[in-house]
Amino acid sequence: MEHKEMAKAYWKKNLTYVGGLLFIWFMASFGAGILFVDYLDNFTLGGFPLGFWFAQQGSMYIFVIVIAAYMVLMNKLDKEFGFDEQD
Amino acid sequence: MDPILFWTLIIVGASFALYIGIAVWSRAGNTSEFYVAGGSVPPLANGMATAADWMSAASFISMAGLIAFMGRDGSVYLMGWTGGYVLLALLLAPYLRKFGKFTVPDFVGDRYYSSTARLVAVVCAVFISFVYVAGQMRGVGIVFSRFLNVEIEIGVVIGMVIVFFYAVFGGMKGITYTQVAQYCVLIFAYLVPAIFISLLLTGNVIPQVGFGSTMLGSDQSILERLDGLSTEFGFDAYTSGALAKLDVFFITFALMVGTAGLPHVIVRFFTVPKVRDARKSALYALIFIVLLYATAPAIAAFARVNLFETINNVKYEEVPDWFKTWENTGLIVFDDKNEDGIIQYRADNTINELNIDRDIIVLANPEIAGLPAWVIGLVAAGGVAAALSTAAGLLLVISTSVAHDLVKRTLSPSMSDKKELMIARISAGLAVVIAGYFGINPPGFVAQTVAFAFGLAAASFFPAIMLGIFYKRMNKEGAIAGMVAGLLITTAYIVYFTFIRTDLNNIDHWWFGISPQGFGTVGMLVNFAVALAVSKFTAPPPIEIQNLVENIRIPRELTDDESK
Repeated sequence: MEHKEMAKAYWKKNLTYVGGLLFIWFMASFGAGILFVDYLDNFTLGGFPLGFWFAQQGSMYIFVIVIAAYMVLMNKLDKEFGFDEQD
Repeated sequence: MDPILFWTLIIVGASFALYIGIAVWSRAGNTSEFYVAGGSVPPLANGMATAADWMSAASFISMAGLIAFMGRDGSVYLMGWTGGYVLLALLLAPYLRKFGKFTVPDFVGDRYYSSTARLVAVVCAVFISFVYVAGQMRGVGIVFSRFLNVEIEIGVVIGMVIVFFYAVFGGMKGITYTQVAQYCVLIFAYLVPAIFISLLLTGNVIPQVGFGSTMLGSDQSILERLDGLSTEFGFDAYTSGALAKLDVFFITFALMVGTAGLPHVIVRFFTVPKVRDARKSALYALIFIVLLYATAPAIAAFARVNLFETINNVKYEEVPDWFKTWENTGLIVFDDKNEDGIIQYRADNTINELNIDRDIIVLANPEIAGLPAWVIGLVAAGGVAAALSTAAGLLLVISTSVAHDLVKRTLSPSMSDKKELMIARISAGLAVVIAGYFGINPPGFVAQTVAFAFGLAAASFFPAIMLGIFYKRMNKEGAIAGMVAGLLITTAYIVYFTFIRTDLNNIDHWWFGISPQGFGTVGMLVNFAVALAVSKFTAPPPIEIQNLVENIRIPRELTDDESK
């Protein structure tokens, strides 16, 4: 494949990853922590009303997982296309 | 000597000696070291430095207190000030690292091939940073005055001298490694009292778990107890929100996007060697930040329960010792309205007899939990570390914006590196003095201006940078029009409601019920819309700019051999 096409394919895959991960980011915070918080409060988790837990704890833990997943996926993608930086 | 004063002097003094030692060890020799620490900071160190850079006096001292009195609505700060790192990690940091220059205005100016765009960015960066730094210097002064019994002004001057030392000599290199040390000091100081209080109230050593569990000596959980006590005395239930849902949404969004657009945070990702290091250090940074942010709501809940249980409906003569200590500082005030000698803490202002400053939740925590004097000294050192680390990062943005973007790139491109370094040092020094002046004579609106800083960052930098990376067709006309439109509408809205017609600053008069704090989200949307519309009707950017965009999208270019 030519360099330009490689870069294009790489970018497309990157956008898919980012889109999916931002969806999780949105659902964890604006979804579970704000829009559906009252409904989720009907359930409990470790002594917390579930919506309250998402708003004050869970969303932040999910943010960390989202960035970790992005890092792993992108490092793999870099290697796949040979764009990984040499030492 | 009073043991609290003794330990505070020892611990704060030792931490200052450490910062100065690091500054001497890491003197910057050229502009690259001064601006971005030579681009050689390991990801772990950059993660710690970013966390310290980001967490200010407000995060350390005020946030838990705010949450304690807001209940569930406190989540706007928790989610807003952490969720921005997802945007930063996924949408900005790796690409800006690949771009590989020194400052945010550098990127805006180069990507939009225009010195007008660069100037707009310089003005935004300097304004946002000054707004923010005044509060930090004040924070240093407040911590000093409360723990060492000196005047706030003297505290500010001591803080200025320390920052001057390592920012002016060490530049980014000095700041980075002092921030690593400051992170260690502040996280230790934050977690120790939290762990002890969690043990005391719930028997659980992890505060994040403890605040969901059962209270010792009762069959209720902490949160059930808190909901019960709150409603009994007329407050809203702790685990339910009082703010309108739409406003919570907009405030959280504005804080997230604002976080991702703050120049002193973005610039930290210019200091690592590689694109993959930028991703990794964003992860480390958020882990280190969440360590404090997930502890804050636990401290908040514990403190609020403690407040109800230890001082509400208690005879004034029988209050615990810490009450009297903090009464002397004016942070807690008892006004016996019905003259029965008993403290009534109620939601209804006409019968409430207790006024509590938010900051007391963190500052008095160790005493409320009956912890030894050295822990109190540690909290003082932590508060100073949080304020100094953020102040230094902001001052560096101001000095690089002036020396690099204004003088070198705009006024005198032929200047030598040595001369530029000299100008960077002088502007850092001047910025310290100006920030100190505002710390000593604070404009009466420091609290409101922080919302302002986030709103402006959300409405200006975030869309301009994101479009610059993700939309190749974006041109200078669109970007400049977008930034100016976003800035104007956000500024007008915030200034109108928080400075001009403060009497109208309530949900009945806000547009669609969006508070000034959340208006940055609207400013961002306006910026995006105007930028996209204007760019459609104007010429596409030159081909070399389109190549630049393709270039920053991949971590490295393949050699001719490899691409065959």
